[in-house]
Amino acid sequence: MSATAPHWRSVLTAAALPLILIAGWHAGVRITGTRLIPVPWDVGLMLYDFAFGGIYDDTYSKTLHVHLWKSFTRVYAGFFAAALVGIPLGLLIGRITSIREFVDPTLQLLRPVPVTAWLPLSMIFFGIGPNAAIFLVFLGAFYPIVFNTTFGVRSVDARLFEAAAMLGCKGPSLFRQVVLPASLPAILNGLRLGHGFAWILIVVGEMTGVQQGLGATIMDARMLSRSELVIAGMVVIGIAGFATDRVLVMLNNRLLQWSPQHRA
Amino acid sequence: MPDSAVIATSSNTNRSLPVLGVSHLDKNFSMGERATQALHDVNLSINKGEFVCLIGASGCGKSTLLRILAGFETASSGVVNMYGMPITGPGPERGMVFQDFALFPWLSVRENIAFGPHQRSLPKAKLDKISGYYMDMVGLTKFADFYPGQLSGGMKQRVAIARVLANDCEVLLMDEPFGALDALTREKLQQDLLEIWERTKLTIFVTHAVEEAVLLSDRVVVMTAGPGQIEEDVKLTLDRPRDIVGVEFNHVRRDITRMLSSHVSMKAAT
Repeated sequence: MSATAPHWRSVLTAAALPLILIAGWHAGVRITGTRLIPVPWDVGLMLYDFAFGGIYDDTYSKTLHVHLWKSFTRVYAGFFAAALVGIPLGLLIGRITSIREFVDPTLQLLRPVPVTAWLPLSMIFFGIGPNAAIFLVFLGAFYPIVFNTTFGVRSVDARLFEAAAMLGCKGPSLFRQVVLPASLPAILNGLRLGHGFAWILIVVGEMTGVQQGLGATIMDARMLSRSELVIAGMVVIGIAGFATDRVLVMLNNRLLQWSPQHRA
Repeated sequence: MPDSAVIATSSNTNRSLPVLGVSHLDKNFSMGERATQALHDVNLSINKGEFVCLIGASGCGKSTLLRILAGFETASSGVVNMYGMPITGPGPERGMVFQDFALFPWLSVRENIAFGPHQRSLPKAKLDKISGYYMDMVGLTKFADFYPGQLSGGMKQRVAIARVLANDCEVLLMDEPFGALDALTREKLQQDLLEIWERTKLTIFVTHAVEEAVLLSDRVVVMTAGPGQIEEDVKLTLDRPRDIVGVEFNHVRRDITRMLSSHVSMKAAT
């Protein structure tokens, strides 16, 4: 497969649907005459003012970078914590039966509890502020990472372990030299899913009473009935999530050069 | 052999003993409440440098016997020795070549071949020397930096063979190593295997089809199923290289095929 710059035709094809949706949105607002939803153009103006100021000159003008950065730090604090706990735990659960029997049922029991349901407890545990947000992001990213890692370890071909044992590889070095690389495709898949959830959960996370951040901005804008700011915040989260996901895909392709079928 | 690949064997092994010795070996598998006997009273002794083929219908336990010798399975009862020392698990001196190759897909050809020596923490220069030597032996020097996913089946099997040779194996155990390959590739690899055998004087123990067995080996061991037992142990004295369309060759092949089928029909009649 070619990993070169995307062809102009595929770019156009990919851009067609968003453009159609924006046109439909514009037409819908105009036809119904609603005042609750702004037209795309107004959202565009809002986005510009949010980023560079000079149009409305209110509290939100030229503050995009502050909110984006705050959200960014929370998303990645939660995401990296989830990876740091989830990958080793998944490797252990996948490889060691006694640990699996001890930990896995509990995780399966906790998993269906929605992250939003943890919001009140998280504010009790961590108080009002960014730590509660980070905890919620962590929870959302943790499950896909740990379960994909476990799945990856459990689906490693048993022959590879036999081959490694025959060649004199055992104990901890078996983890590093065989278990980890063999389950890397599944681990990276889990990281990508978890990363997506981390961005999804930033809005809920920032309902924990923080002052700044994209999620906080959306919640405040809702209170102020400024739907163009709500949508502007949504657009920024979407773009940030998309752009960072592309970075993960690049990392994925780089680490999995040996495995053409695992390239995204 | 490069000096770096000289075999380090413990001094307490007695070289006059057979390389592999199996006596009164039984193997039972239990699946739930049902227990099946895969091997019953298997006795076998393989000498240094012998090329032995193990043949038999599928389910006769030949793969199980091979896996016990490799140390992947344990005997239910009986003794399995290498130079008189009991086999307790997998080890570098017994190199297994799997039918589905079992290469490490994330390692290049060079790294796969160097995997065994790498476990002994040899310096990089030495690893490169060893992998270079064996890549050359199996004709894969040009593919040093390819990943297994980029290789054909025949090339993967060469890597698998080089991987155990590079780890100083003394016995090459092969479970239908050419079963997954096309006819032309199989023929080429058979020739290569014979060449390697003549060069290294390894002991080779392979499960095979009849024609391959007669083409390759010094000795053909015929197994029958239910439970797996050794029925015949035939020494082949055909000259090498062997002519697969020759009269003598076909004579031997017919004899062995007859042995195999008579046991199969006897089992069917009872």
